[in-house]
Amino acid sequence: MTYCIHVPSDTTAKALGADRVARLVEFFAEEHKLDMKVSRNSTRGLYWIEPLVEVDTEEGRYGFGPVKEGDIESLFTAEFWKGNVDHPLALGLVEEIPYLKRQERFTFSRLGITDPLSLEDYKANDGFKGLENAIRLSSQQIVDAVKESGLRGRGGAAFPTGIKWQTVLNVESPKNQKYIVCNADEGDSGTFADRLVMECDPFMLIEGMVIAGLAVGATQGYIYCRSEYPLSIENLNQAIKTAYENSFLGANILGSNNHFDLEVRMGAGAYICGEETSLLESLEGKRGLVRAKPPLPAIVGLFGQPTVVNNVLSLAAIPFIMDKGAKAYADVGVGRSRGTLPFQLTGNVKFGGLVELAFGPTLNELMYDFGGGTRSGRPLRAVQVGGPLGAYLHESQWDTSLGYEEFAQKEAVLGHGGVVMFDNTVDMSEQARFSMEFCVAESCGKCTPCRIGSTRGVEVIDRIRSGENVDGNLNLLADLCETMVDGSLCAMGGMTPFPVQSAMKYFREDFVKSTVSTANTEEL
Amino acid sequence: MTTPRFVTWEPSIAQTIIDEFKAKPGALLPLLHAIQDRFSYIPEDAVALIAGALKLSRAEVHGVISFYHHFRTKQPGRHIVEICRAEACQSVGARGLEAYAKSALGVQYHQTTADNNITLEPVYCLGNCSCGPSVRVGNEVYAEVDSRRFDELVNSLKTERVEIL
Repeated sequence: MTYCIHVPSDTTAKALGADRVARLVEFFAEEHKLDMKVSRNSTRGLYWIEPLVEVDTEEGRYGFGPVKEGDIESLFTAEFWKGNVDHPLALGLVEEIPYLKRQERFTFSRLGITDPLSLEDYKANDGFKGLENAIRLSSQQIVDAVKESGLRGRGGAAFPTGIKWQTVLNVESPKNQKYIVCNADEGDSGTFADRLVMECDPFMLIEGMVIAGLAVGATQGYIYCRSEYPLSIENLNQAIKTAYENSFLGANILGSNNHFDLEVRMGAGAYICGEETSLLESLEGKRGLVRAKPPLPAIVGLFGQPTVVNNVLSLAAIPFIMDKGAKAYADVGVGRSRGTLPFQLTGNVKFGGLVELAFGPTLNELMYDFGGGTRSGRPLRAVQVGGPLGAYLHESQWDTSLGYEEFAQKEAVLGHGGVVMFDNTVDMSEQARFSMEFCVAESCGKCTPCRIGSTRGVEVIDRIRSGENVDGNLNLLADLCETMVDGSLCAMGGMTPFPVQSAMKYFREDFVKSTVSTANTEEL
Repeated sequence: MTTPRFVTWEPSIAQTIIDEFKAKPGALLPLLHAIQDRFSYIPEDAVALIAGALKLSRAEVHGVISFYHHFRTKQPGRHIVEICRAEACQSVGARGLEAYAKSALGVQYHQTTADNNITLEPVYCLGNCSCGPSVRVGNEVYAEVDSRRFDELVNSLKTERVEIL
């Protein structure tokens, strides 16, 4: 009998040594003359136990982790391939690990189970069932299903996906060409869910985009992926090739006479290109300067044609909706936030990783019940949710329910579901300074409040941090933030003040102390 | 670890790349990537060739190159070491790591060590946010990097590693 050993292959597992672990397992298997196959599956997203080595048994997959190079010998001594054995790294049946068992994996149901590039694995786990259903429906019926699901965009605006699709479906294209553009420029610190989709389940994104094409009458799609994710680009390109070879892309998709082409384009390290109009400019081969809206990209988008621009997570949710039904998706959640959001627990966290849950639990439940508090063991002090433009939340806000409206009421954003935890060693005036500094580095420069405001913001915070006219400068900073919020063309300048304002409001003591080291605040 | 193999500037090689890409819609970005992937940077001489092929002004091509952090107009060191400066990594000690790396290598960001071995660059998020601080060398990401691991990493870049296994 062949023993099958799974070793994850995503960027984080590799960064923790998974490649070397896989090679060592193969080496030892040969030494022990065992009939053993090492498969490189995707990650479960339970990063605190990566590299997580799993073995197939009759009861299911047994896990061992985190497995370091030095553990391989003792794993072989314990005959780990039998699964239920006595070893300090033994975790039992992986599906029974509470961190995983308590999740609601709608989008990430295949995560950690399948080989990312195996079409057979994908199809054996409900892959392309959504597309098969969609092909039998009219465009309007697909759009209606997406509306009914309540799916919303994962950007700051949380705009309903179905309404966006309806707009593109309704508008006539002057050149009879519409586009589906996937915004895979996941530049927010504290997020990696897009990367997991692309590296670990690329067929799901392809399927979502083909369905979007059917829904609005688009025949060309682009995935604009950031250059910081080379493995995502590699896996997507391989999966796209396989999809073409098997009639899931190209002319005559699944014999239906529908046509959809798909190409991956690599960004070039510009955060602003995550803003949809900048992204379109960049795809057209230009500087990623934001466009004034209106017109909306749904009406005048890529190359001037009607374009759906959706985030990876929105498009990745589509196959589930078209397979299991809009109601199954809409049935979970809270208020107007329907379905699930893959939360990403990051930063100073003990048990970091991906936690897909229906909207609704509180931030505290996520950070403590799943995250287990801080990695450093010190008290948690501040939490930034929704990326570098999201507010820092203070302890008094951590009982907020995870939903778009619930967060908006607390002047915070949920965005992409990234949760970055900080312990009590954090200096919030330094974090506020960084927000402005990040905007200096990443502003596209088109509008003055963002371009100049961020530079002035860094200067004012430096004066505050050096104890110069603190009250006066805090008032000036408050004014500056208001100008940026009200006067910027897009969310970059318009939201950069959110972390700054929240830091001033809830962590004011960090701004009013007079002697602060400026050792780490030198120029970029 | 795979070291990218770059070639010395040669207009005919650039022209072959340009011809391969110029008909693509929105060709400039993929074209610039291909040029940089081949030569390790985008030489000034390439700008005129690209501008001519895409019917753009040289200023327009330069404007695109200078907009994106990824593109370089000067040859980098043999290895590019990127340190994540984003919030998730900050919360677990990235600021200290940055300061350490600068002093250990004797360079600031965007500079190359005297032996031309390492170019130090900042990066804003590698998507390894649960296991920071994160460092990338080429396409390899390293997790939970402290000063000791940084030294090991830099040492491994000074010598060609022989893989025993």
